[in-house]
Amino acid sequence: MKNGKGLKTAKNIAVYLLMIIAMIQLGFPFFWMATSAFKTSKEIHSPTPVLLPSEITFDNFHKAFQAAPFGKYVLNTLFVAVVVTASTLILCAMAGYGFGRISFPGRETLFILFILAMALPGEVTLIPRFLIAKNFPLFGGNDIFGKGGIGLIDSFSGLIIPNLMNVFGVFFLRQFFRTLPSDLEDAARIDGASEFGIFWRVMLPLTGPALAALALFTFTAAWDEFIWPLVILNHSEKYVVQLGLSVFFGEHFVEWGPMMAASSLVSLPVIAIFLFTQASMVKSIATTGLKG
Amino acid sequence: MIRIESTTRPKKITVSRRTRKALWGYFFIFPALLYFFVWVLLPVLTSFGLSFTNYNTATADWVGLKNYIDIFTQTKVYSALLKTIQFGLELIPANMIFSLILALLVDQKIRGVSIFRTVYYLPVLTSLVIAGIVWASLFDPRTGAVNWLMRLLRLPPQQWLYNPDLALHSVVVVRLWKGVGYNMMVFLAGLQSIPKELYEAAQLDGASAWQSFRFVTLPLLKSTAFYIFVMACISSFQVFGEIYVMTRGGPAGATRTLIYLIYEEAFQYTKMGYASALAFVLFLLVAGIALFNLLVVNRFVEDGR
Repeated sequence: MKNGKGLKTAKNIAVYLLMIIAMIQLGFPFFWMATSAFKTSKEIHSPTPVLLPSEITFDNFHKAFQAAPFGKYVLNTLFVAVVVTASTLILCAMAGYGFGRISFPGRETLFILFILAMALPGEVTLIPRFLIAKNFPLFGGNDIFGKGGIGLIDSFSGLIIPNLMNVFGVFFLRQFFRTLPSDLEDAARIDGASEFGIFWRVMLPLTGPALAALALFTFTAAWDEFIWPLVILNHSEKYVVQLGLSVFFGEHFVEWGPMMAASSLVSLPVIAIFLFTQASMVKSIATTGLKG
Repeated sequence: MIRIESTTRPKKITVSRRTRKALWGYFFIFPALLYFFVWVLLPVLTSFGLSFTNYNTATADWVGLKNYIDIFTQTKVYSALLKTIQFGLELIPANMIFSLILALLVDQKIRGVSIFRTVYYLPVLTSLVIAGIVWASLFDPRTGAVNWLMRLLRLPPQQWLYNPDLALHSVVVVRLWKGVGYNMMVFLAGLQSIPKELYEAAQLDGASAWQSFRFVTLPLLKSTAFYIFVMACISSFQVFGEIYVMTRGGPAGATRTLIYLIYEEAFQYTKMGYASALAFVLFLLVAGIALFNLLVVNRFVEDGR
């Protein structure tokens, strides 16, 4: 018995040791980013890296904000991400409900097409999506046939319209809608509720946890979006945070201090949202039995 | 009265109700269908069509199979393909081994494990631009922490991202750092779905810790590992952001993978027809590998049970 206990302690110590080594390996870049943001430029340029700044300075944040309007980039991104998240939730919920709970001719075929599209890498269709954006009717000086102007290029609509929803969200919510019992639906129908009323007032409120998860995925993806803004935006006043960061990086290559300050600020919201929702998310998944 | 009516009317009602419900179905999926047509189906068809032209935003003449012939005869494409394969061969095994080890660690029922789990997951939440910037700073030959560590270990400092021989390996490290946390979570879900009774039975039979890992855990993790492998194969073809931020495909084309080559041809040299053909070849390659995995590797996995 005593021997077994000793073995267990030894094993636990080994596990902790390994976990701490992995934590240093995976966590160090964050530590480096966060501490470098507060270092003086002398400390940053020292060939023997300074792990902790001797005194905390906000110079790097001032410099970053002087060199590029990161406040504006954050507002731009927030605007785009909020609109995209809201429309994704509504449109994916509608389509997920349609595919999940209403039978109509052609449903299975259409749904298989949707699933196939999930396997398609987005980069493959980057060029035609750019061309469709450029020739989008009635935007950016284009006529009804999509000629004459620049369409969605260099505009917030160009960031929003191609991301109004996503195929994954439809699949995700459809799976959830299918697990709901049909008693409530039938009861509401007997009470004379319309089909849209059943969806909006009865079924949608039941999908709260799934909608929250989809909102988190969508918002994070919109906040981190890089390639599409890179392709579609020309003028810096419309930049989103990731594009702003990468351009700022290209221009101020050697100034690590302001770079780390800006990167820390930009990564904060996503990490905060994750830490904030992590507990309730895990709980909601456990209680609704969504796992597996 | 009611009975008599119900014998004649219900048929009519159910038919019209069914059509009405079907119409509601179309109403609900209509926006998604429109979106799907404009931003998914149309781009795929356009991409295919453009690949037979020399489209460069000014002219678009039909050139037949010229783009495809160019692709298969140019050394630039060949070297990009080699880079892409090398990238996958280095990244995928490392990612799977490390994420399995991490999953085994955070599966232990000991205090504080959720804190470790969260820290391991943080790199997944970092955007690829920020990952690229922070690692470029760590790899900085003069002031970076990586060379500092090399000096501590009495190893010669390196140029990392500026050295054509090391640049690709450096990008693999960044991608590995960013990717292991996610696969750790998938492996963890797989580990936690293994019934406890199997371990108890193995223990009763006198199995050592290694034996129960080898004969209980590993066989039951096969399908999880297979899922991770398939996804890792697909995503290793799509590494763009880190390369764009850290090396722009350089030095001397050392990190110019297929996806980066497509971007370069399309948006820097505006050879969009050619780039579309390249994108289509990439798509066929990814689809082919996915299909091979599903048909051949999957059978091998199933047989090994």
